[in-house]
Amino acid sequence: MIEFFEVHKAYPVGTEQITALQPCNLQIPSGQIFGLIGHSGAGKSTLLRLINRLEEPSSGRIEVAGQDITALDAAGLRAFRRQVGMIFQHFNLLSSRTVAQNVAMPLQLAGELSRAAIKDKVQQLLLRVGLQDHADKYPAQLSGGQKQRVGIARALSTDPRILLCDEATSALDPQTTGQVLQLLSEINRELGLTLVLITHEMDVIRRICDQVAVMDAGVIVEQGPVPQVFLHPQHATTRRFVQEAEQLDENQLHQDFAQVQGRILRLTFQGETTYQPLLGRVVRETGVDFTLLAGRIDRIRDLPYGQLTVAFDGAELDLALQRLQAADVHVEVLR
Amino acid sequence: MDTLLSNVDWYDIAVASLETLLMLGGSLIFTVLLGLPLGVLLFLTGPRQLFAQKGFYAVLSLVTNVLRSLPFIILLIVMIPVTVMITGTSLGVAGAIPPLVVGATPFFARLVETALREVDRGIIEATQAMGATTKQIIFNALLPEARPGILAAVTVTAITLVSYTAMAGVVGAGGLGDLAIRYGYQRFQTDVMVVTVVLLLVLVQLLQSVGDRLVVHYSRK
Repeated sequence: MIEFFEVHKAYPVGTEQITALQPCNLQIPSGQIFGLIGHSGAGKSTLLRLINRLEEPSSGRIEVAGQDITALDAAGLRAFRRQVGMIFQHFNLLSSRTVAQNVAMPLQLAGELSRAAIKDKVQQLLLRVGLQDHADKYPAQLSGGQKQRVGIARALSTDPRILLCDEATSALDPQTTGQVLQLLSEINRELGLTLVLITHEMDVIRRICDQVAVMDAGVIVEQGPVPQVFLHPQHATTRRFVQEAEQLDENQLHQDFAQVQGRILRLTFQGETTYQPLLGRVVRETGVDFTLLAGRIDRIRDLPYGQLTVAFDGAELDLALQRLQAADVHVEVLR
Repeated sequence: MDTLLSNVDWYDIAVASLETLLMLGGSLIFTVLLGLPLGVLLFLTGPRQLFAQKGFYAVLSLVTNVLRSLPFIILLIVMIPVTVMITGTSLGVAGAIPPLVVGATPFFARLVETALREVDRGIIEATQAMGATTKQIIFNALLPEARPGILAAVTVTAITLVSYTAMAGVVGAGGLGDLAIRYGYQRFQTDVMVVTVVLLLVLVQLLQSVGDRLVVHYSRK
């Protein structure tokens, strides 16, 4: 568990203090993938760096597994940092070291293992990230996705309990992004690591996160389990992120629907109900007509979901809505 | 050949070449030994760096700039008492090395500082996140990552030192520069002048190509 108690961060810029993070309380449960989403300058990067104290808080307290890390001295902090891996948007690999030497670096710095033990461990790590054949290459000879795999292997080398991911896929193409997210998800599952990742893409949150916090101007404006936040966003910032992910323009959509008869609804299915012939049954039983206006059926991490915008028209409209709600479909009336 | 280079005493040339090489080698070693830590210090205490120290950096920077702006020929003369204190003589190879080192060290340190600034800040951050000590950050990340830049700095410094050694000839340091001035210039022996200049040119070319090769060898980008 990572806990923030009234953590506040301000930078001096000239004579002024610029607030990067408003006093913030936050709990990140162990073993989960916790996503922080926000535009650049929203304070997510600051929040992430507070966890391993690459940024020092201006006030407040941060506890990791019950230990107050803001009270650690230099040696204590170094020891703590070995329990926290970190990967970066631009990978930050040492260009002068080979892949194997990069992965070995945290272990060499820690100086606890013998040379042979380090070599063994590096081999295992490279196998885990699928780079066993690239051990003696230099980072410049690798693709972006491969570089990030090296970054992940390096971050895992000291057997951390927490992995911080700083826009880990933002510099990668969509296909590679998918593979890296898959790998991160596996690591979370198999090693039970807590992952904290920051991103500006809702799609990254949707694909691998359990919990999400949305940040805007140094404040966490919305937080909760990903299905809840993604399917029923409350705050304007969250809604914009979801719409970006769905490539929807709500205003445009509402204009387009002006011609449509009847009541316009957004139906949200989660889990089992997603793949059941519910809509058909309700329509048949109540005799209402429906038009499909927009929709998506996909997964949030492992949870199947469907979100359909439909127009219902007919005498038994209210009964149809009751039936849908009774079957655990979330119904939102748009018009 | 004999008539063309009638004034050239090849024995003198050989001795002078050896002196130039000794001055160059000796001063380069000390310049690197002193300039590298100075460059690292300049870098670390610079604005927004690991140990940003506004006042300290300002003073160090000023001293470096003053030494760099001093014409080398003036430095040669000003340094004479100090040189005598260190080496016991202001003449010959030994007498030339202290002013050469003092002249080249600030120059080299600045180049090192620039080379270190070229290292991606993200690499320093990543190394910090691994739990590295400051010493480890310097020796395991900063210096290895800046190695090509530092090697290029050594090359440029070595070549600058070649021209400085020629100037040191003025105050009796010996070497090819001394030969060029005493015979080539003062006795109008153009052939001696040409031979020394050609030798210096070959030396510079050699240093540059060896330096370039090392830089390429250690560049992994």
